[in-house]
Amino acid sequence: MTEKIEVNHVGDDNSDYLLRVEGLKKYFPIKTGLFNKTTGHVKAVDDISFNIRKGETFGIVGESGSGKTTLGRTILRLLDPTEGKIIFNGKDMAELKQTELRRTRKDMQMVFQDPYSSLNPRMRVEELIEEPMIIHSDDPQDVRKKRVKKLLDTVGLSGDAARKYPHEFSGGQRQRIGIARALAINPKLIIADEPVSALDVSVQSQVLNLLSDLQEEFNLTYLFIAHDLSVVKHISDRIGVMYLGKMMELGPKDTLYEKPLHPYTEALFSAIPIPDPHLEKERIILEGDIPSPSNPPTGCVFQTRCPYAFDKCRIETPIQKEVDGERLVSCHLYEDAQ
Amino acid sequence: MSNDPLLEVENLKTYFFVGDQTFKAVDGVSFNINKGEILSIVGESGSGKSVTSLSILGLVQKQSGKIVDGEIRYNGKDISKLSNKELTSIRGKEISMIFQEPMSSLNPVLTIGFQIIEGIRRHNKISKREAKKRAIELLKQVGIARANEIYDDYPHQLSGGMRQRVMIAIAISCNPNLLIADEPTTALDVTIQAQILDLMKRVKDEFDSSILLITHDLGVVAEMADRVVVMYAGQIVEEAPVKELFDHPKHPYTKGLMESIPKIDEKKKRLNQIEGVVPPSNSFTKGCRFAPRCKFAMPECLEQDIDLEEINKDHKVRCLLYENENNSSTEVN
Repeated sequence: MTEKIEVNHVGDDNSDYLLRVEGLKKYFPIKTGLFNKTTGHVKAVDDISFNIRKGETFGIVGESGSGKTTLGRTILRLLDPTEGKIIFNGKDMAELKQTELRRTRKDMQMVFQDPYSSLNPRMRVEELIEEPMIIHSDDPQDVRKKRVKKLLDTVGLSGDAARKYPHEFSGGQRQRIGIARALAINPKLIIADEPVSALDVSVQSQVLNLLSDLQEEFNLTYLFIAHDLSVVKHISDRIGVMYLGKMMELGPKDTLYEKPLHPYTEALFSAIPIPDPHLEKERIILEGDIPSPSNPPTGCVFQTRCPYAFDKCRIETPIQKEVDGERLVSCHLYEDAQ
Repeated sequence: MSNDPLLEVENLKTYFFVGDQTFKAVDGVSFNINKGEILSIVGESGSGKSVTSLSILGLVQKQSGKIVDGEIRYNGKDISKLSNKELTSIRGKEISMIFQEPMSSLNPVLTIGFQIIEGIRRHNKISKREAKKRAIELLKQVGIARANEIYDDYPHQLSGGMRQRVMIAIAISCNPNLLIADEPTTALDVTIQAQILDLMKRVKDEFDSSILLITHDLGVVAEMADRVVVMYAGQIVEEAPVKELFDHPKHPYTKGLMESIPKIDEKKKRLNQIEGVVPPSNSFTKGCRFAPRCKFAMPECLEQDIDLEEINKDHKVRCLLYENENNSSTEVN
């Protein structure tokens, strides 16, 4: 992991970056009426830019409807982006044709949220883990089988798990199977979308530790998407905070937590219940709900709930500003922060 | 807060019978809730915390589940053996419940207004118009500004946080003495969770009701509870006032749980973990049910069932490590 702090210029052509996302947009059309006329768009991901360094864990937090899952899926091109660039390992994922896309996807794997619905219930564990190898490699069967055994060992499952079916395992064990499957073809980047939110607390820590261990062992890069700030802060090096399809703030986890810049980040951190009964903290309670992404507020998307909103926020959309060299924030309060 | 128990649960056993197997979901649970108090039950899935709350209200599925033993005394009267009809006069009026998933616990084909006045009119002899007035008042009390408009809306038209507010409005519509909240904020986003927790505290103060708060989130517990009961595999393993529990957790499971959660204000590379998983409730063996996952397990742990012993004032723990240490302050670490 790189310890040095680099200036995170968007668009900076630095080979240290494994993934660069530039101005990514994903709009879903809203169709109504007899002729399926497009009457509007849900701007699930709206002009998002960030970079991920090799060996880094980049966390994305956001509440439901913030577009974090769509972002993960668009990067993998499970969804086609509306606009923008996804430069992975020097190649623009957004431009690739099907065959080449498949080859590139070998280096990018996903760990899904729900270990109950993301594993085919009619396949044995060994088949599940072997499947990506059949698709992406030319290894003969005996090499593949050996690798399955090794992978099971790596993720902490016993060898006799290979012959079993997913239903025979608990949630945490299934998530281990999902991780083994993602690791099967030596990916460079793993996109983990809420990998522990379906698990119990005591099992959650097992899976988080496993993910950290694997990162060291295989030199993996993670894009870690979750709604639980404590979990994201624990595992990530840098964190991006999303709200209504926009990146509100981005920065190293500790500075982000200790000195949040964006009012939304501040409110989000302050809303977390801390397991310490002696703590009497003044909490910022946001009014209202997240507006619908099909009809976002004008100006800054957060202005309807922001305690500091002023006139300009209702009219003008803030542009991402660099603060302290390594942090980005989209807020009118920091207009002159340079 | 007074020390008169509003609800006393004694040796409650709720079992489920499926085929020839017996699932001991709740296996000998005893606790009290005092007037004006927030008692929290913490546990992972499969610990029996939800079944405990359903048992109190007589909502355990009749086909397979049964309260096989124990008493549930509300204001001194055993309500565990009441008929459904007798219970109806208590449910919703004296004791009401907030469920985890507000989408599936509201009826999708009835308007919000109808669902609120249903309870009010069942338990009070008032006209429809008065009930509506009361319903709109309630909606305002739970922080819904557009109460008049929402009254005629259907549940799908509302967001998750709004639905949970409606659930709370229904639950407090008859000024209950006891509010049972089963994971009331688990399905909600953190900023909405903060609103709802705040609302529950206000409701408690305003109506002077007691709350039984069931959750797996230790952060929510620290914030809300006066006293905490920790459940594991159908049993209570530890019980203490909230500060005492967080300052001096005794049971290895409670300690493990506290150490395994990532804390936002901590910089830690690795989390401590509890190995293994909660055992299924049809496979309990003799002795301590946590022993197979416990770092401190001794052979004696599996030899006999272990009792929940008081080791300090108000602090009870079910563990052999503290068996001979009554009132001593020795800590195992």
